[in-house]
Amino acid sequence: MAAILSLAEAVEEHLRDGDIIAMEGFTHLIPFAAGHEIIRQGRKRLTLIRMTPDLIYDQMIGMGCGEKVVFSWGGNPGVGSLHRFRDAHENGWPNKISIEEHSHAAMANAFDAGAAGLPFAAFRGYRGAELKRVNPNIKEITCPFTGEKLAAVPAIKLDVAVVHAQKADRKGNVLFEGIVGVQKQAVLAAKRSIVTVEEVVDTLAPHSPNAVILPGWTVSAVVHVPGGAHPSYAHGYYKRDNAFYKKWDAISRDRDSFRAWIGEHVLRKGPDAFAVHAKKAA
Amino acid sequence: MSANYTPAEMMTVAAARALTNDDVCFVGIGAPSAACNLARLTHAPDIVLIYESGTIETKPNILPLSIGDGELCETALVTVSVPEMFRYWLQGGRITTGFLGGAQIDKFANLNTTVVGPYEKPEVRLPGGGGAPEIATSCGQIFITMSHKKRAFVEKIDFVTSLGHGLGGDDRAKHGVTTKGPTKVLTDLCILEPDPKSKELTVVSLHPGVTREQVIESTGWPIKFSDKLAETPAPTAAELKVLRDIQARTKAAHGEAA
Repeated sequence: MAAILSLAEAVEEHLRDGDIIAMEGFTHLIPFAAGHEIIRQGRKRLTLIRMTPDLIYDQMIGMGCGEKVVFSWGGNPGVGSLHRFRDAHENGWPNKISIEEHSHAAMANAFDAGAAGLPFAAFRGYRGAELKRVNPNIKEITCPFTGEKLAAVPAIKLDVAVVHAQKADRKGNVLFEGIVGVQKQAVLAAKRSIVTVEEVVDTLAPHSPNAVILPGWTVSAVVHVPGGAHPSYAHGYYKRDNAFYKKWDAISRDRDSFRAWIGEHVLRKGPDAFAVHAKKAA
Repeated sequence: MSANYTPAEMMTVAAARALTNDDVCFVGIGAPSAACNLARLTHAPDIVLIYESGTIETKPNILPLSIGDGELCETALVTVSVPEMFRYWLQGGRITTGFLGGAQIDKFANLNTTVVGPYEKPEVRLPGGGGAPEIATSCGQIFITMSHKKRAFVEKIDFVTSLGHGLGGDDRAKHGVTTKGPTKVLTDLCILEPDPKSKELTVVSLHPGVTREQVIESTGWPIKFSDKLAETPAPTAAELKVLRDIQARTKAAHGEAA
């Protein structure tokens, strides 16, 4: 049964140095507040898995939380590079990180396999693509029934999944709406999970019988952090702050301006700072 | 160019015209997204637009900055999970046309969006493949839109992020791929199509006011021209109005702070 905790308690209890973690959300519902808490608690040597590292991993990598990044598209969407990610990978600042690079299809399949408890994922992929030359975790298998050659990648198995959702009830059942990405797969592929939510409510009803709901007994901790996905967004609450994504380019390009921004907006703030972004759509 | 439109607008209009009302289109961000929505708002109102964030039959009123903007989900028929998108819809063979771009393209329309320079020690580290490696092989055909520059149209790309026609001829099929691959490349100077046999990209249409010399100078290999070289019709006033309107709406929407 999920415990309803403070963000500091949830990270303290469930996320340790050296863990393999995924903080998912495909552009939508990215758990930024949780990322900031991990920075404040100074977690190190994390393996950071995300299809799109996005600003959340750029911030964590720039503050030295990561040791390895597993990803499939490493840019600032529609804007350009992730400067902190590149500085760490190319120049070792603030520490050296290794990368394991995949395609979106491979990672989506690997999350799915992780949730299904399988050791690997098989799919029709990477044909004629050079990533399989540089990533030893991309292999080929032959279908035992048809002889077709398919790509195989290891399942994603996590120590901790961290995601953001719209709502949880007091038993810790969690409801996701909108672009649901791979959050359900990530939580089900993890030993432990932290879910930050816009609202904690008495009941998730009314909802579709086919809604994307994670039962509370699959979740370790639920944390009420209104606005906690900013500058990404929460469908039905607030929009993606595209202007901030553009601003991040200048903030993050330079090590000093990045550190100054983190100091002001992360180290000297707490999860309450996100509340200003929380607005429920009419 | 003294025309009343920009080369980038010509490129987007040419790409939009290549799409039909019957297409089911896997859309990337940037120029492809503009072209697909221009097609939808002009000659192809029933075109199905699918974005890899899981949004199916989306009809955005503004162009998304990211592949998962809320606008895409709010205007979609349905939104599915990302594993479902890649497994059932893309791998399942439901997409007729995929749209790709890249930092580098070679004469057989192989694309690089991964690195310039060696992979282990890149001169420029690009975002990476994202959906492209499987879009390139699972969609019925591929359209490519890219700005036509010598540093992008190169003899040899530094990294094959996604397969085009490989080494040319029937090389694509040797990778176990049965889809057509790139059938059109739409640039700000011209339209290229692969030669039916060699699969080498050949200029089939020059945009108004563009010379052969310009295309030759902007291409990093000795570029071939079709015997039946055409001139691309200039954008119509109606096409330009729809394109500029959606871009103005987009600019206004993305400029606003949340």
